[in-house]
Amino acid sequence: MAKYMFKRLGQTLIIIVIVSVLTFLLVSLMPKDPVYALYGTDITQEEYDVAFKQLNLDKPIPVRYLAWAGDVLHGDFGTSYRYHDDVLAVIGEKLGVTMYLCFASTIISFPIGILLGVITAVKRGKWQDSVLTMFANIISSIPSFVIAIVMLWIFCIKLGWLPSSGFTFPWDDFGEHIREIIMPLFCLSIGGIASVCRQTRSSMLEAIRQDYVRTARSKGLKEGFIIYKHVLRNGLVPIITMIGQRLAMMMGMTVFVENVFAIPGIGSLMVESVNNVDMPVLQACVMLSALIISLAYLFTDFLYVVVDPRISLS
Amino acid sequence: MSVQTLAPEEKSRQQIMREQRQRDIRRFFHTMFSRRIVIIGAVGTAFFLLIALFAPLIAPYDPNAVDILNKFAPMSAEHLLGTDIYGRDLFSRLVYGTRVSILTGVIATLMAAIIGCLLGMVASFYGGTVDKLLIAACDTFMAIPGTALAMALLSLLGGGMLNMAVILCITTIPGMLRMMRASSLSVMSTDYILAAKLSGENKLKIMIKHVLPNSISPIIVMATQSVGTSIMMESGLSFLGIGIKIPTASWGSIINEARPYLMTSPLYVLAPCICLALLIISLNLLGDGIRDAMDPSLRGA
Repeated sequence: MAKYMFKRLGQTLIIIVIVSVLTFLLVSLMPKDPVYALYGTDITQEEYDVAFKQLNLDKPIPVRYLAWAGDVLHGDFGTSYRYHDDVLAVIGEKLGVTMYLCFASTIISFPIGILLGVITAVKRGKWQDSVLTMFANIISSIPSFVIAIVMLWIFCIKLGWLPSSGFTFPWDDFGEHIREIIMPLFCLSIGGIASVCRQTRSSMLEAIRQDYVRTARSKGLKEGFIIYKHVLRNGLVPIITMIGQRLAMMMGMTVFVENVFAIPGIGSLMVESVNNVDMPVLQACVMLSALIISLAYLFTDFLYVVVDPRISLS
Repeated sequence: MSVQTLAPEEKSRQQIMREQRQRDIRRFFHTMFSRRIVIIGAVGTAFFLLIALFAPLIAPYDPNAVDILNKFAPMSAEHLLGTDIYGRDLFSRLVYGTRVSILTGVIATLMAAIIGCLLGMVASFYGGTVDKLLIAACDTFMAIPGTALAMALLSLLGGGMLNMAVILCITTIPGMLRMMRASSLSVMSTDYILAAKLSGENKLKIMIKHVLPNSISPIIVMATQSVGTSIMMESGLSFLGIGIKIPTASWGSIINEARPYLMTSPLYVLAPCICLALLIISLNLLGDGIRDAMDPSLRGA
């Protein structure tokens, strides 16, 4: 067990190091001159040379990478080309907003998705199954920004019930927070609900076919008890692996939802930094999201082993 | 006794194989269309494909012809869906946008499938260090969210249709590679591969002749689904204004351009949204049908 955990931890570290090399290369390969980007184009040649040395640009790429990685480990991601401020200060609260959205929608989508999945599996072939499965298929085919725009049109423009944009933390103004967050959370969660529902359905159907379920049935146990005790418990194991995957999807999808509802999160910041060629910020965003996702995958793997002792650790 | 009926042993081997193949193909289409909803998907996909193919014949106007005096015209006989902010015919732009979306999605998926297949087979065939390196590379790419990876690459390569296809291809390869590796690993351990190896056939020939045909079906299933995902991603990035850039008509860029006018002319925004949703739903329904027909054990999964 401990050996397995160390191995996975090691793998995660390696992945993070490779990601950091890639994101570092991203900046080094950019044709944009970092000195001009930071200090403007109207500086003298001497000032340019000083800055050039200061940014380690006179050294070969591996040396620069090590220097940069050292800074990153101390929490210094460099200076934003656009805001001329520390990158972490630019990111600041935005990471919190995005994480809040992602975690909230994960917490919403798993229980609902599992519940719907159980219904579709138990009522297999009946109308409840057909309707829910069809909805799940259709919903997961529609891009989240399309859902977001259609919702915006209906609830904000046509009905005028909800505000079109903005984000307030719940501890600042709870009522406002709920009004603002309903639509973004719905858009983020609906896809998750659909895919959790589909996965639950198929793994429940897999579990229902097992011999121990037939045995339980022939013992005369109540169907509800069998579903809860034998089918659900075993069918839920593959669902756990979806947590990491969903979080990764969510981190990707939040870009679109943040963009439509003008929520100041990492997604909006990334779009802005791509448009302004603000490489240090983009670099930090990619690094941080990769870090969060790797940790989520690691956590899911550990959880998987804890929940299902049958999994071999080799 | 008629002349045509031949005893089984008198039929040539090739003939038997041909008949077998025909029967397989018939069964494939029969299973595929046994669910009515798959037919809807197929019809929808065919509809959009035809639009993309015959765009110049269908579109009544040049998609980029500006008529500034006639902007935001309502629906009329001349302009089926009205005109946009520069007086361009919205219907024509949507028709041409179909082309961009489908082409980008298909090219990206094809490239990713080919590269993913090759690398996946290499990984499972050689094993050891090669395998470990390739898997580590996949894990790395999978740790970065697809959108973030695409955005980083976009800022490096720049937008445009071809770059977009390349970027979508890069984000799709890891999944394909892993799938091909897993599916070819199980083929590798079969007796006929061992026999081929022992008989001294060269590695390349074994891979192409024996491993590839027997392990490709999950890749085909994955590819049909990945066309939809790629189109979704392309339109998403174009919607953010960093993918396919204006003035090229892509559904995502039309939505992006139209967004500020959601209140005054909702059709301008909603029409491309509906097209996008319909195309991806059709593609996924068709993909489900293909998956069921290729591998009946996955049905309803």
